[in-house]
Amino acid sequence: MKLSFSAADEQFREEVASWLQQNLQGEFEAIRYRGGPGDEHMYHHERHAWEQRMAQGGWTCVGWPKQYGGRGCSIEQQVIFFEEYARAGGPGRVGHIGEGLAGPTIMAFGSDAQKQKYLPGIVSGKELWCQGYSEPGAGSDLANVKTKARFDESKQQWVINGQKVWTSLAQEADYCFVLARTDPESKAHKGLGFFLVKMVQPGIEVRPIQQMTGTSEFNEVFFDDAVCAADDIVGAPGDGWKVAMGLLGFERGVSTLGQQMQFQNEFNEILKIAKGNGAAQDPALRQRIAKAHTELKIMRYNAMRMLSGQSGGDGSLQKEALIYKLFWASWHRELGELAMDVLGPQSQILEAAPYQLSRLQAMYLFVRSDTIYGGTNQIQRNIIAERGLGMPKEPRP
Amino acid sequence: MEFVFTDEQNMIRDTAESFLQEVSTSAAIRDVMVTDRGYDPALWQTVCSDLYWQAIHTPEDYGGMGLGYVELVAMQEQMGRYLFCSPYYASVCMAINAVLVAGTAEQKQRLLPQFCAGKTATLAFAGEAAAGYGGRWDVATVDATFEAKGDGYLLNGHYEFVIDGASADYLILAARDAATKGAASQGHHGISLFVADANSPGIKRELLPTMDQTRKWARISVTDVVVPNSALLGAQSQSGDALAMVLDLATVALAAEQMGGAQQLLDMTVAYTKERNQFGRAIAGFQAIKHKAADMMLRVEVARSGVYYAACVAEEALQAIQAGTAVDLVALQEAASVAKAYCSDAFFKNAGEAIQIHGGVGFTWEYDVHLYFKRAKASEQYLGTGAWHRERLAALLLDGEGVL
Ligand SMILES: Cc1cc2nc3c(=O)[nH]c(=O)nc-3n(C[C@H](O)[C@H](O)[C@H](O)COP(=O)(O)OP(=O)(O)OC[C@H]3O[C@@H](n4cnc5c(N)ncnc54)[C@H](O)[C@@H]3O)c2cc1C
Repeated sequence: MKLSFSAADEQFREEVASWLQQNLQGEFEAIRYRGGPGDEHMYHHERHAWEQRMAQGGWTCVGWPKQYGGRGCSIEQQVIFFEEYARAGGPGRVGHIGEGLAGPTIMAFGSDAQKQKYLPGIVSGKELWCQGYSEPGAGSDLANVKTKARFDESKQQWVINGQKVWTSLAQEADYCFVLARTDPESKAHKGLGFFLVKMVQPGIEVRPIQQMTGTSEFNEVFFDDAVCAADDIVGAPGDGWKVAMGLLGFERGVSTLGQQMQFQNEFNEILKIAKGNGAAQDPALRQRIAKAHTELKIMRYNAMRMLSGQSGGDGSLQKEALIYKLFWASWHRELGELAMDVLGPQSQILEAAPYQLSRLQAMYLFVRSDTIYGGTNQIQRNIIAERGLGMPKEPRP
Repeated sequence: MEFVFTDEQNMIRDTAESFLQEVSTSAAIRDVMVTDRGYDPALWQTVCSDLYWQAIHTPEDYGGMGLGYVELVAMQEQMGRYLFCSPYYASVCMAINAVLVAGTAEQKQRLLPQFCAGKTATLAFAGEAAAGYGGRWDVATVDATFEAKGDGYLLNGHYEFVIDGASADYLILAARDAATKGAASQGHHGISLFVADANSPGIKRELLPTMDQTRKWARISVTDVVVPNSALLGAQSQSGDALAMVLDLATVALAAEQMGGAQQLLDMTVAYTKERNQFGRAIAGFQAIKHKAADMMLRVEVARSGVYYAACVAEEALQAIQAGTAVDLVALQEAASVAKAYCSDAFFKNAGEAIQIHGGVGFTWEYDVHLYFKRAKASEQYLGTGAWHRERLAALLLDGEGVL
């Protein structure tokens, strides 16, 4: 067991850092540290341009195999890349759903034609994706999706009808992966399909939903005879659940370490404020600050343990991976509360009317969603108990 | 980056696990915990001669196995899981560390083979300042004194909470230079470590009755004890940093034990929930129970990551000592506090939840949960509670120029 990186890895670190230093400036200066969670609606066009600059430097999809246009980086190098990216204040990536979710899913389950059609657009940073899973009646109970996909024999294409909700960044996305029912008689996780759907078409309407932050990152998406080519279904009709679950396995990846650096940036900002405004003298706050530090440090080592232990990506979750989402989401929610308490009453004053939040205020509000999306804390606990501890499954009607 | 056990480390862990599961049964623990010594000397000799666990991280030059702190931590985790009653913690995680960190090559050559042969030892350092509410557990608590006398030293003072202090063959005593005053005798200044035969004239050892019966504490008073020059570990008055390092190493090892205990509580509790039926089904099926169990598992896994990380830092620190290079004491202090702060809380919370989930039987003397519940509080109090370690971290984070 050892924690250190090799000399070659450290050299790679310098390469990443210096590329970022040379490129994340000038026209991109304004987007440093911007566009993270709670701020994803900001500077979209600049960040989209940045995504393409990254692609030119070969820094998108660093963990993807070279044959698909990626950089083929080792886990260590990916860790380093995400760490340096966050350290440099790299903006929230507009391509993250494509790079982290859609791409790996297409690589794992898609046809050659799908790989050729979709992967290059993700690598080049040009085409953006969104995730069409949740519906008004299917959140935690994802297998309850009602959106229907019917194959039209005469037109030789799929026709989709239904409604998705909470679809993050649908307003900016070129494509959406949609979980829909191919067998109208089917129930639960049987009879589903996983579709790659073009967003800009007459059958799709996107309506923004205003969030408690006052801004809108997510949307309702209505499908009214929206169409999808015959070969834009991943896997066979009926395989949708398997593909959808495989995708969720990719959600916990190396990027978690980049996320932690972002957490570290937030934590450092809170430290600085505490030292400046006297909060650092408050014994109760000192305890909470040290607790946050302790758990952030451990989060890093938990992620490293998770990555070191990854056994060939067979999707089997080890214990440290099972607890990871519950751990970071709960931690981050507490950090939001800590930020406000360190700021004191000043935390209540907005940067500007009518509702412009500071970075920490946006963080504080946004973290309430960390324990909801990607599987709520309650659902995470069910998964841990069932898969990690072999306790009985939730009763199903 | 290979942040997982190697095959060899897994083997060590597995061997420890299967041996301890067999010997440290509920009945065995209960038999020895009521004795003054607190452990079975025959079993200790078996551990020392057949398994050689006490020599695990002592370099081969001094008769040890020459493995690292990660291996020691893997061992400690199992000791904690099975609540093994033995002088292992005091002898290996405190006394041997003290000799490794503070001793000269000649002293290591003289002392370590004896410890590796099974002689027991412990570290006594905590003075009055450790005794009270929120007591201190750092070097500053040392208040016993030494003065040079002829070709030896004269020791005076007393020590609180000395683990296995009443039974150990040797004592490693921390003391301050009686000749210095003011700043020169505070904090890390003016501290020496001495090795003494525990039965030397002038040493009075008093076994303290403790709520946790699985590990013995003693109060030791030292009155005009004379030790020879050769008893002094390292250079006179210069061992403050060494003692700090020894305490941090001991803290890491204790955290590992706490993590093992938290793991065992999870395992025994989940097993119980699968057997116990209420309302016509196993209570394991109730979400109120499942969610508590999930939180227990989260605490164990988080604790594990913190402990393994600290083990790696501790290993680097000991390697630096061996190589004669500078030790990053702040990194060690930080890692130790991160691990101990988290593990203290995790062990205690898991123990509390275990009682709750066991229901009425959880409150009985017959079920083992209370043994862990008591050990959890004792280990939490020893070497600093979670709050104490968080304050230590807060000082590093908030009071300096951003050392971390
Ligand atoms: C900021 C944000 C972004 C999102 N982005 C996307 C996106 O891009 N694409 C997408 O498809 N979805 C997205 N989501 C949706 C998200 O995945 C769902 O909100 C989430 O799965 C929870 O579903 P729900 O909102 O329907 O809550 P519900 O399922 O209605 O849950 C309500 C409450 O009941 C609890 N509950 C439900 N079932 C159980 C159970 N079995 N046991 C115990 N408690 C239970 C839940 O924990 C919760 O507390 C996003 C959500 C948020 C907040």
